[in-house]
Amino acid sequence: MNVYAPILVLLALGAAFAIFSVTLTSFTGPKRYNRAKRDAYECGIDPTPQPVGGGHFPVKYYLTAMLFIVFDIEIVFLYPWAVAFDKLALFGLIEMLIFIGTVLVVYAYVWRRRGLEWE
Amino acid sequence: MSGVLSASVVADTFTLPTIDYGALAPVLIVAAAAVIGVLVEAFAPRGARRPLQLVLVFGSLIAAFVAVVMHAGIRQLDGGGAVAIDGPGLVLQGAVLLISIVGAMLMAERMVDPAGDAFAARASTLPGSEDERQFSSRGFLQTEIWPLMLFAVTGMLLFPIANDLLLLFVALEVMSLPLYLLVGMARRRRLLSQEAALKYFILGSFSSAFFLFGSALLYGYSGSIKFGKIAEAIAGNPGQNMLILVGVGMVAVGLLFKIGAAPFHQWTPDVYQGAPTPVTAFMAAAVKVAAFGAILRVFYVIFGGLRWDWQPMLWVIAILTMLIGAIVAVTQTDVKRMLAYSSIAQAGFILLGVIAANPAGLRGAIFYLVAYAFTTLGTFAVVTLVRDSTGEATHLSKWAGLAKTSPLTATVFAIFLLSLAGIPLTSGFIGKFAVFTAAIEAGAMPLVIVALFASLIAAFVYGRVIVLMFFADPPADPPAVVVPSAFTTLAIAISVAVTVVLGIIPQPFLTLLEQAGVFIR
Amino acid sequence: MEVTTAAGGAFAYLWLLIGFPLAGAAILLFGGKRTNRWGHYVGTLAVVASAAYAVILLLALMGRSPEERTVVQHIADWIFINKFSASIALQLDQLSMVFVLLITIVGSLIHVYSIGYMKDDPDRRRFFGFLNLFVAAMLLLVLADNYLLLYAGWEGVGLASFLLIGFWQHKNSAAAAAKKAFVMNRIGDVGMSLGIMLIFVTFGSVTFSTVFDQAGEASDTTMTWIGLLLLLAACGKSAQFPLQAWLLDAMEGPTPVSALIHAATMVTAGVYLIVRSGPIFDQTIVASTVVVIIGTITMFLGAFIGSAKDEIKKALAGSTMSQIGYMILAAGLGPVGYVFAIFHLLTHGVFKANLFLGAGSVMHGMKNRENMRRYGALRAAMIVTWLSFMAATFAIMGIPPFSGFWSKDDIIHAAFEHNIIIGICAILAAGFTGFYMTRMLVMTFFGKARWEDDQHPHESPPVMTIPLIILGIGSIFTGIGLLFWGNIETWLEPVTGFETRELAIPAIVLEGITLLVVLVGAAVAIAMYRRSVAVEAPKGNVLVRAARNSMYDDAINDTIAVRPTYWLSRSLVWADRSVIDGIVGGSAAFVGGLSGRMRRLQSGFARSYALAMLGGAILVVVVMLLVRLP
Repeated sequence: MNVYAPILVLLALGAAFAIFSVTLTSFTGPKRYNRAKRDAYECGIDPTPQPVGGGHFPVKYYLTAMLFIVFDIEIVFLYPWAVAFDKLALFGLIEMLIFIGTVLVVYAYVWRRRGLEWE
Repeated sequence: MSGVLSASVVADTFTLPTIDYGALAPVLIVAAAAVIGVLVEAFAPRGARRPLQLVLVFGSLIAAFVAVVMHAGIRQLDGGGAVAIDGPGLVLQGAVLLISIVGAMLMAERMVDPAGDAFAARASTLPGSEDERQFSSRGFLQTEIWPLMLFAVTGMLLFPIANDLLLLFVALEVMSLPLYLLVGMARRRRLLSQEAALKYFILGSFSSAFFLFGSALLYGYSGSIKFGKIAEAIAGNPGQNMLILVGVGMVAVGLLFKIGAAPFHQWTPDVYQGAPTPVTAFMAAAVKVAAFGAILRVFYVIFGGLRWDWQPMLWVIAILTMLIGAIVAVTQTDVKRMLAYSSIAQAGFILLGVIAANPAGLRGAIFYLVAYAFTTLGTFAVVTLVRDSTGEATHLSKWAGLAKTSPLTATVFAIFLLSLAGIPLTSGFIGKFAVFTAAIEAGAMPLVIVALFASLIAAFVYGRVIVLMFFADPPADPPAVVVPSAFTTLAIAISVAVTVVLGIIPQPFLTLLEQAGVFIR
Repeated sequence: MEVTTAAGGAFAYLWLLIGFPLAGAAILLFGGKRTNRWGHYVGTLAVVASAAYAVILLLALMGRSPEERTVVQHIADWIFINKFSASIALQLDQLSMVFVLLITIVGSLIHVYSIGYMKDDPDRRRFFGFLNLFVAAMLLLVLADNYLLLYAGWEGVGLASFLLIGFWQHKNSAAAAAKKAFVMNRIGDVGMSLGIMLIFVTFGSVTFSTVFDQAGEASDTTMTWIGLLLLLAACGKSAQFPLQAWLLDAMEGPTPVSALIHAATMVTAGVYLIVRSGPIFDQTIVASTVVVIIGTITMFLGAFIGSAKDEIKKALAGSTMSQIGYMILAAGLGPVGYVFAIFHLLTHGVFKANLFLGAGSVMHGMKNRENMRRYGALRAAMIVTWLSFMAATFAIMGIPPFSGFWSKDDIIHAAFEHNIIIGICAILAAGFTGFYMTRMLVMTFFGKARWEDDQHPHESPPVMTIPLIILGIGSIFTGIGLLFWGNIETWLEPVTGFETRELAIPAIVLEGITLLVVLVGAAVAIAMYRRSVAVEAPKGNVLVRAARNSMYDDAINDTIAVRPTYWLSRSLVWADRSVIDGIVGGSAAFVGGLSGRMRRLQSGFARSYALAMLGGAILVVVVMLLVRLP
């Protein structure tokens, strides 16, 4: 099982670091609360209003964030392809074009349905 | 141990996978149609979308089915061993496609609900809001359901032929994600529907995590994600360790969730009840077939050599599933929930075919799946027809005396229930018989006795509904049985035909299964 | 060994026996309202045609030598799963032949009778459709050449019976009765399916001839299990203890249904099954002893119930249970009893149909009221009904030379050969028969008129009385006819085997004792009911009240089966929704802590579902690991 030893050590180190920092800040950091600090943390934007009394749940931010991830992940696939481009040859090129084409279809859909407009 | 691992990681040989696109045609056709469907949504004018989508859906499903039929007899590993195209796989694909065609018919229905189809006019509007009312009254239709459905079918087609843990996982997600969405799109009782979708999504993700964890352990054990390689590793290493046992367990959890086996069944009633009924019909039938296809393949091909280890575990699961499904169904008062619990029990019966772990069990399970799938499509199709002012009248008390107002509907529903109860001359009987004899052959007599006991309780459930429909007095405000368009009529007719024909002349299908043989290793 | 011959000559159209009523059912049920006017004639004609063909077949069969009387007609291949195969094939032999005759001839008479009885019912066409369906299924049951096809017929009769019990949907009790019949029969079906599967696994076939040829080769334990499972099936269908409760409720159906299905034919299917499976029961002393015990218990149970019920049809239903108890008892005796079980089944089919149709005729004249305490002195008003009813009463009591005397005496005789206690029980039950039948006869036709004010009893029309007359004659002569002219013993012997043993006491003495006991029972009944019958039922002692409540079968079933199931179901629903935390939390403090954390993380029930999944995953892994441990 020696191959797993480094993983375990890493795990222990990670946990120790997390515990250490959280403990340290809770002792050393000043505790001056204001309204903003007491609010729930939502990725830096205004916390969502509750959907009572007809209040809408704004999804614009999440939508954009998700679109970003979709196209971001696309890039992740392109890296290994670029590295192994020679070995994959024509086969790889065609497969990649199909992949990009599919993502483009999604892009077209989002664009036509005005998913890229903020307001 | 470490040798196996490092050898494959360090391996620097790289060979291009060969892909026989012809053999993958069914999957590719449906996937392409789904992508085109997205383009239709993007560019076609609103009025043209529905007709275009319907052409795409039915066209691609039928074309894919033709492709499956043309491949009969193929038996090969493809894509570098990631895909196994063999007899049982093709049969399961064909079944998924036929079920999807019937399911699509139900989803296409626009006559039963005066407001439109079964889906929200605009899924993004807030339930009960002015927006919702406006979109609904202007006759908007959410045509995105069609590409979503095709994507789900793509996943289902890959599911039973995936021969590699990673592809299996991708197929699982491609199948599930569109379904999560479809579940939340009901036109009526939208809050219930959305809650169901969220629950299904959260729990589904949870189960995926188990599956992925199990896959990782199996990879850690064998150094490969290919089914064949893992099986070899197991065969070559008779002294098992924790890694493989936990891995098998975790992969099993992920798959058992999809078929709604206890104790991973709890989403089933909520989701079946909340989802738009055509979607319930589609997923109750098609997901079961696809997921059981994968379970059968995984347990035969990878874990075949380990059966003494996993059989007791599946015994426990099967017993729990059958008993919980049947017993809890007894007190249900909502037709859709009752059918959901009944489907849980049915999943338990089909598990007997998996446990048998012999060719007879494989054939029996597939037969049972197909029989069950069409019966289920039929039952939910009938549920869409019985309506009152608020939509479908799903409370059982509303079904009292249905035979008096609509004898044909009641009779058809009774035929489906009798089939679910496993009465001779219906497909359900042959299915039960095939699975149970296979299990007895494999020495699982006690399990069969439990199964019969559970089916006895289930029979009480179905019998109660039949009695209610035929012998009780109708309620003061009886629901109306609406006359559907050709879509639903045809769907119900096909379901009845399959239920009865497979019950009376099952032989052609049994012969087909015989010819299909077993999974390729 | 008997020889099986392929169907040729007169037998070439064997399938028509089933085909006629099946076609009738199809025409009536799918023909819709168009067939309303003439539908009942088609239905009747279909069964009469089958009966006529059955007589031709009988003659053809008699023309053959006894060894060649088994005819098999292969119609189609049905199912081949792996090694398993079952075909649609009919087998006519001496045993099926007598059943076919009983079903078609009694069936024909009951169809004719129903034309009159159901005259005013708006749904008469549907009724005849169901009746035809029943006849077809029952014929399939007795003609099947393998267990699976028999099972198909078995379910078919169950379905038809279910539909006919609930035929009068306007009665609330009919719905409950239909449900009870459905569930009880499913319990029997569990026995049937398991039995068939076990037979297949043991013998590799479900065809009668193949199975019976190898019957000696299997182990005793296996045979005992098969026997017990088949007995369970028989109990469900034939209303034997402990699955007897549905039969009394089944009386909610129209009277011709009670006569045909719940007296003459379907309820005797269990007896057929046991006798047909004789070679299996011969191998297992345990199973056949249980058969005898079940038969004996039911024989008394039915007699008790029949003695206390005031509704004429329910009293008759009790009597049916009791008489079928006799047959099951006889069937459990083995080759000594098979022939007599069938013999009694045949005579019973005739006289019990007669009794039910007679009761129906009385009810027809009494505005469909069933309470015998409100009958009395009806003999003058309905002479034909009275006379035929009396003939059948003497037949069931076993008064010589009425038909029941011959068959029941044979059973008592065989019981004595087997075991003296069983023999004494059989005689005692005969005494009860004397009591309850005389009670019924006296309360209905003799004594003072206790009618409600609006009653004007009248005789039924000829279409109903003619079948009664024919059955009445049958009640007198079937016994003698079958025994002396039909040689039932030698006729059935090639199929069922037959043996007889000498008794210590001469047969004539036994017959004398039996007759004496019966007459004592009758005398008690006369003494109790001749003078006066209270219009309101007296409270009675514990036993009477128990019997009147059908031995509290509903309460018992409720307590041991229905309520626990509901309780379990409710608590599981509850568990499903709320207590998962508790269950899993109890197992480990760690998970308990996790549950608290997850409660804060998520809202709604999804959290407990997820927790259940986690519990399930732990369960899966633990089971996997536990298997490895030893």
